[in-house]
Amino acid sequence: MSTATLPASNKSWVQKLPIISHLKMSSGLQRGMLVSGLILTSLFLSTAIFAPLIAPFGFAQSGDANGDFPRQAAPGGEFIWGTTSGGYDVFSRTVFGAQTAIFVIIAAVVMSLFLGVLLGLVSGYLGGWFDRIMVVLADAIYAFPSLLLAIVMSIVISQGQSTVFGGVMAAAISITVVFIPQYFRVVRAEVMRLKAEPFVESAQVIGASPWRVMITHLLRNATRTLPLIFTLNATEALLTLAGLGFLGFGIEPTSASEWGYDLNRAMSDATSGIWWTGLFPGLAIVITVLGMTLVGESMNDLNDPRLRRFSRKKAKRITQAGAGA
Amino acid sequence: MTITSPPGQVPSPLAAPKPAKQKGGGFLRYVITRFLLIIPTVFILITVVFFLMRVTGDPITAALGGRLTPDQLAARIHEAGYDRPLFIQYFEYLGQIFTGNLGRTLTDNTAVTDILTTYGAATLELAINAVLVALIVGIPLGLVAAKFRDRYPDAILRVLAILAYATPVFFAGLLLKLIFGVWLHWLPIAGRAGWQTELQLTTLQAPTGIYWLDALRSGNMEAFVNVTQHAILPAIALGLLTGGVFLRLVRTNAIGTLGREYVEAGRSRGVSEFRLTTKHAYRPALIPIITVMGMQIALLLGGAVLTETTFEWKGLGFKLAEYLTARDFVAVQGIVVLLAIIVAFTNFIVDVLAALIDPRVRY
Amino acid sequence: MSHAAPTITEDRGAVLRVEGLNIDFVTDAGAVPAVRGVDFTVKAGEILAIVGESGSGKSVTARTALGIMAENGAASGAVYLNGKDMLTLHGADLRAARGRDVAMVFQEPSTALNPVYTVGWQIMEGIRAHNKISKKEAKSRAIEAMRQVGIPDPEQRVDYYPHQFSGGQKQRVVIAAALALKPGLIVADEPTTALDVTVQAEILSLLRELRSELGTAIVIITHNMGVVADIADRVIVMNQGKIVEEAEALTLFEAPQEEYTRSLLAAVPHLGRESASEGMAERPVAGAEVLVEAKDLVVHFPGRLGTPGFTAVDKVDLKIHAGEVYGLVGESGSGKTTIGRTIAGLNRMTSGSLKVLGYEMAQFKERSFKPLREQIGFVFQDPAASFNPHLTIGECVAEPLMVHRELGASATRAKVAQLLEAVQLPSGFANRYPHELSGGQRQRASLARALALEPKLLIADEPTSALDVSVQAKVLQLFRELQAELGFAALFVSHDLAVVDQLATWVGVLFRGTLLEEGLGSQVLANPRNDYTQRLTASLPVPDPREQAQRRARIEELNAKG
Repeated sequence: MSTATLPASNKSWVQKLPIISHLKMSSGLQRGMLVSGLILTSLFLSTAIFAPLIAPFGFAQSGDANGDFPRQAAPGGEFIWGTTSGGYDVFSRTVFGAQTAIFVIIAAVVMSLFLGVLLGLVSGYLGGWFDRIMVVLADAIYAFPSLLLAIVMSIVISQGQSTVFGGVMAAAISITVVFIPQYFRVVRAEVMRLKAEPFVESAQVIGASPWRVMITHLLRNATRTLPLIFTLNATEALLTLAGLGFLGFGIEPTSASEWGYDLNRAMSDATSGIWWTGLFPGLAIVITVLGMTLVGESMNDLNDPRLRRFSRKKAKRITQAGAGA
Repeated sequence: MTITSPPGQVPSPLAAPKPAKQKGGGFLRYVITRFLLIIPTVFILITVVFFLMRVTGDPITAALGGRLTPDQLAARIHEAGYDRPLFIQYFEYLGQIFTGNLGRTLTDNTAVTDILTTYGAATLELAINAVLVALIVGIPLGLVAAKFRDRYPDAILRVLAILAYATPVFFAGLLLKLIFGVWLHWLPIAGRAGWQTELQLTTLQAPTGIYWLDALRSGNMEAFVNVTQHAILPAIALGLLTGGVFLRLVRTNAIGTLGREYVEAGRSRGVSEFRLTTKHAYRPALIPIITVMGMQIALLLGGAVLTETTFEWKGLGFKLAEYLTARDFVAVQGIVVLLAIIVAFTNFIVDVLAALIDPRVRY
Repeated sequence: MSHAAPTITEDRGAVLRVEGLNIDFVTDAGAVPAVRGVDFTVKAGEILAIVGESGSGKSVTARTALGIMAENGAASGAVYLNGKDMLTLHGADLRAARGRDVAMVFQEPSTALNPVYTVGWQIMEGIRAHNKISKKEAKSRAIEAMRQVGIPDPEQRVDYYPHQFSGGQKQRVVIAAALALKPGLIVADEPTTALDVTVQAEILSLLRELRSELGTAIVIITHNMGVVADIADRVIVMNQGKIVEEAEALTLFEAPQEEYTRSLLAAVPHLGRESASEGMAERPVAGAEVLVEAKDLVVHFPGRLGTPGFTAVDKVDLKIHAGEVYGLVGESGSGKTTIGRTIAGLNRMTSGSLKVLGYEMAQFKERSFKPLREQIGFVFQDPAASFNPHLTIGECVAEPLMVHRELGASATRAKVAQLLEAVQLPSGFANRYPHELSGGQRQRASLARALALEPKLLIADEPTSALDVSVQAKVLQLFRELQAELGFAALFVSHDLAVVDQLATWVGVLFRGTLLEEGLGSQVLANPRNDYTQRLTASLPVPDPREQAQRRARIEELNAKG
């Protein structure tokens, strides 16, 4: 058989953690992509966590003891990235935007992960009419533009009016609904594949109950690819949030700072050549999504042995060195 | 271990010899079954959207809540029938849709179907332009990336593809407008044509609504140049987003087919690497690629809403954003249902195209 | 030599000469040596077989003749094909040699043909890569090549897509593509492993004919000693990347020099030897309790979306008595696996009657059948896939105990240790994960799990067909010992007639869902009455060149008859 006998693995659990084990496996260009992704992602995470320490002003602050801030001031001096037409400091709003982004991402991904995995597992294993309905429903929603669905959901949740809680939660829930079908499809497909595997059938011929099969045999094997989907969906959540904000369905500037909304405001500035109000929040989105996607893609490659890269030069060196032995 | 020679056969009840091969027939049956599958999809979306939009309130309060007195509101609500039980309203709505009536907008009292005829062509034009850009960029570069897998050309192309995905269309649009419009003055930054050209094109006899086509048909080269100038930036903004997705799609599938044994079989017959990539790997990869590209129509339409808003391109997405701002949810519901139907039909056509390429379905 | 030896003299020289070949692969675990210091030559017009178990390096060695190497592999040494070193050739020079001087036949014909192009297109492509000729001329050459490999109506079939051919015909097409440019050497990598034995016999005879008609040298890579005995002039035995022995075929089988070769040959089951029912005149346990009884059993799989379904089992009658080993043989698609799965309640039956331990499966309900499940053990074909990768071997073996018995943790552990000991595995293996065991060890553990509750009936679905012969021999020996000791009844499903004959006293032969013939193994397999069974048993190559030559004559006789 192709599966060789490996020595019993006695690596510590730290080295088995997803990202750390991937880092050890990688080499060359793949490692470069993974490392730069990790750097960008940690930049985003630390900005979000330390936002109040980094930002010189509040996100809804348009003046201080010395009076109102200047409007549309060019970058420089007190306002390193300039100010907006509303007199907000672009730098502070961009920094606080990371906080909003991370909150929405976590809320949306966790909620959709939980519901999607549960539904996918039960639907895929038990089959029957429940499965059929779920599949048609999930497929219909999946084929639908996620942005439009998010719009409909945010109308439902907040009637389009954004309050402090409503704005952020509405965005998170809207995105959740959009992503449940994706997790559902992935987990269900995986369960359908595993169901035909001999190790599941061998539990069935033993007489194990459906719950036992689902929990001991299917759950861990079916969720193998989830870290990857997690990173990819996190980026989609962020882009959907920004899209909603851009269409004016985001969060009011006074309740939280949101990059998509700021870009919406910056559109008219651009026509008159004011570049700083749009450039920075835009770059913030690009950098965050880029970082997370790089991490996700590299993990995907490393998980798939066929996509993992081995160096032929290295093999050649070893062969020539070892041939005499 | 990489050395394998799996011994023994792997019998499975389903991999048994097929019964007598049936020619023809199969394809037509496939097309019909696939067509019938549209119905539940559209039906579910209409139902979901209807109930979602109605559970929290009626559209009249949402649109005019602040401007009318409670009595006036109640009168308007009664007049429109929104105070009746939800299920009666639902079946009435279904009946309406069945006769091709998607309702009338609240704010400007226009039939939603008229919005389609007036603005649909613009969205179609944008989508065609963007898909052209995406295909021209995505397919060749995806094949290059697959062939040079994990070497520098591939790494660079992949990072570019991720960048294309990571950049929201409206940010890409903002940068394009700033650079090519405001600073370099090369291209116009808003609209589908100059106002004179627009006037000329809309007064044509039986216009298609796709401006470059109309301009070509009327032989008006000046108009054609004007229209093309307007089309470039939106097409690039939306096309690059989709092109990045296509690139990754082509790359992944071509890597899969390049590793297949028939590619090695071709190699063992002395076939060149170029031909192995462009023929043996590309054609079989095309089937999953086309299917997944069909899925991207959803992404494309979502992107079109944002692109149209960014470039003031007066299409369905632009109108949708306008009605959203005006809180006219009847209009929003109508347009959303319309787009759902368009998505379902496009997916059908794409699946049939994919089946046409696959000889296993054709014969 | 038993068959017509080609009249080729030594001085015509070697087509292929391999000198000091070393190959390594880079993997997660570092560099793995695959081939070490291999030297051999292939003479014009000769059939050389390279045999070995998995991991012996036979396939990678042969592929270097075409200059084909996996991306993570590296070779040193020299592989001279008509005087050119294939390891140093690049680009156009390498392509010029491939197809013209050397061609390849693959194991799995359905993956070696591109599904979206016609077979003619694929054959012509190779022709036109080497000769600047018109499409029309290339097509007529492709048709000629297809005619040569015995495909009927090549003029029409040249425009067919691969899925329109059967498995054996696809392999003929692959051979036609290899022959198109009349290369001096064909490398055939397990060319019959994916095929049924009756088709295998046809393909082997085709290869033999091509050699005598065209004088093409053939390197055939195989793990099957029967195939070697059937076709090879000379044999190289490889083990762990090195050549163990090299000899003329007859010499190798009759007087093997090396210990490894001797043990390999001893492990190969030989049809007609060591039959479990040797010397018996009637069914031994005919009076015992009937555990399984099928009457007019039909299992039908419905088709998807308007496609016609498939009847896997068609009106089968059979009985399995307590304490008896029932062997079910048949080719792929015969329904043998489906019968086993239906008895275990993994498939639903369609009509007829099937009584398992007195339970009528036509009224199957999981809840009412569950108490009976502890009486039924099941061993799956693929030992690698039949264990949950996230559980230890101990946890897997303990699962039946957890479900049906409420033992304490320590009692369960003790029982697991006892079970592992019974299948001759160290009790420390309980803490290992499945991937840390070899294929044979996993299949032993699988047997331990199936026998954990001391079932009355064991269903074994091709339990050794994924194993190398030497491992298979040990697992089969263990199976025999356990069966004798515990006395369970077993349904032994296999495509390998020789294995079934060694284990089962009573044997049934299935063909496309119908049970053609049933009887004592020694009778059914030695003197079959049914035409199909006759053809099936005659097609199975035996690991003895002299006997195989006689059997081949018998197939030709059968073929001539009809």
